[in-house]
Amino acid sequence: MSQVSESTVERATGTSQMTVSDTDVAIDVIGMHKWYGDFHVLRDINLRVMRGERIVIAGPSGSGKSTLIRCVNRLEEHQEGQIIVNGTELTADLKRIDEVRREVGMVFQHFNLFPHLTILQNLTLAPIWVRGIPKAEAEATAMHYLERVKIPEQANKFPGQLSGGQQQRVAIARSLCMQPKIMLFDEPTSALDPEMVKEVLEVMINLAEDGMTMICVTHEMGFARQVANRVIFMDQGQIIEQNDPEAFFSAPQHERTKLFLSQILH
Amino acid sequence: MTMEHAYVRDSMVDARQPPRGTDGPIAWLRRSLFASPSDTLLTILGMLFLLWAVPPIYNFLIGHAVMPGGTVKECRAEGAGACWAYIYARFNFFIYGFYPIDQYWRPNIVFALGAALIVPLLMPSAPFKRINAVLFFVVFPIIAFYLLNGGVFGMRYVPTEQWGGLLVTLIISLVGIICSIPIGILLALGRQSQLPIIKTLSVMFIELWRAVPLITVLFMASIMLPLFMPTGTTVDKLLRALVGVTLFSSAYLAETVRGGLQALPRGQYEAGASLGLGYWKRTYFIILPQALKHVIPGIVNNFIALFKDTSLVSIVGIFDLLNTVQSASSDINWSSPTQAVTGYVFAAAVFWVFCFAMSRYSLWMERRLDTGHKR
Repeated sequence: MSQVSESTVERATGTSQMTVSDTDVAIDVIGMHKWYGDFHVLRDINLRVMRGERIVIAGPSGSGKSTLIRCVNRLEEHQEGQIIVNGTELTADLKRIDEVRREVGMVFQHFNLFPHLTILQNLTLAPIWVRGIPKAEAEATAMHYLERVKIPEQANKFPGQLSGGQQQRVAIARSLCMQPKIMLFDEPTSALDPEMVKEVLEVMINLAEDGMTMICVTHEMGFARQVANRVIFMDQGQIIEQNDPEAFFSAPQHERTKLFLSQILH
Repeated sequence: MTMEHAYVRDSMVDARQPPRGTDGPIAWLRRSLFASPSDTLLTILGMLFLLWAVPPIYNFLIGHAVMPGGTVKECRAEGAGACWAYIYARFNFFIYGFYPIDQYWRPNIVFALGAALIVPLLMPSAPFKRINAVLFFVVFPIIAFYLLNGGVFGMRYVPTEQWGGLLVTLIISLVGIICSIPIGILLALGRQSQLPIIKTLSVMFIELWRAVPLITVLFMASIMLPLFMPTGTTVDKLLRALVGVTLFSSAYLAETVRGGLQALPRGQYEAGASLGLGYWKRTYFIILPQALKHVIPGIVNNFIALFKDTSLVSIVGIFDLLNTVQSASSDINWSSPTQAVTGYVFAAAVFWVFCFAMSRYSLWMERRLDTGHKR
């Protein structure tokens, strides 16, 4: 399943004893429920993510995994329970929501770059207008992150001129320009051609090595095995299993998990 | 299977010229005009129609027309074409209406100033956009008003009743277009708002104004409004028409803009939100630039309609271009069989020039703003 090369495997395993603080909570989801109309999409979700932790959420489609991470930066509203991000509880208070969103980067399945702006403008818009950073400084930061995702030469092009893999790397760089404390990935490689999955995963692995707190919804089990501290399995809006990747893949507990893994790991 | 049957190339094929007869004027004629028997028949019918229609039109407009400098006698002669001499003689009336002749320099300055400011504003490459915009949208209207209205700096007071012709047509359409853009955008945003009161008010406003004919709006503004006003207070007739036209146009524009807002993928809103951009910044930097670009054809459609609809103000006694042309056609000094027709052809030509210019400009702008994301 994994498109990641041998060398990146070594790199990832070599640094997998990264510091995960066990006192510093990044995200705390407590007894959270969500409904779409009458449909109970998320049921009693309890999840605590420590700073520096890298979590992969897996599960069949419709299991609520995307909805769960979209609740973490309030793109979706939850109806019951608590979500506390960086010590700020998410409520209807718009100020608090923007406060949380400033510190939480999100990468989408369909990239969602702003097509009318150049790559550089995509990257500097939020730092300039949300953080109030001077333009020159924002552009320097943007170029730094573009170099990190290995496409500085595309800075003055428009998103429509880039390949899918390049666009997704720009999207990651765009989030990083806000210097977030947490990164959320919502199936970042699902809309990509197979040849482009690797370049995006490499950027994500690189980010994990730097100790970024990450939650990734993904079907890339190779990535989960190498990078995650914890794999969470969801079905029917509930977390039905969580374990470290080694145990999760070699000895899944739940019947549904076994079925899922047998379907996707050929 | 032997090697001859395998579809494998051992060398790549170089590109070469297309076969003869697939390009060039002869090929174009064959492809476009004589591709099939029915195409040939239609081509011949079309030619016959042109032969039948073009000569009389040419003769009326140019061949038998009385050019500027001609006399009314020539216009009254048997078989005379358009009486351009009449248009030339009454030209000032069509441009300025009843504006005092010795004060023509005032509208002339307004025309010149307006043109000098709007041309660089419409050229993306021209510098000082911000200053230019402030001058055109804020300073120019103030200067134009005091110049035209007078009563200051020793300039004679000229009431709006005396303004007329193309001057008034341009004033109404420019004010209508410029004021309806922000109102229309706010109404479109309001209609999509999560806040029930704002949403309801926007919907009510839009549906009310869209459901009433412009003529009714103008009648209400000029005849019924004064009845409701306290006695002694009057609101200028031209101003009332301006407000009516602007609000009417903004309701239409709001629906056009809403179409653009709805065409945007949800992901654009979400990407903006996830970066911490608040509602207004998101709307200004991400949503509106894209939404408005999508609906340029619709917006220009509204503007062209508005420009032509300004001629309706003639029914409430404002002398716009069409009204001056119409009233001049009863001028006995120039009465001739073709007097009225010539006037209307002139008015139509003026309207056409402005509308066609708007249309071409918008097409050019659309191409310019295309960043190649339609994939």
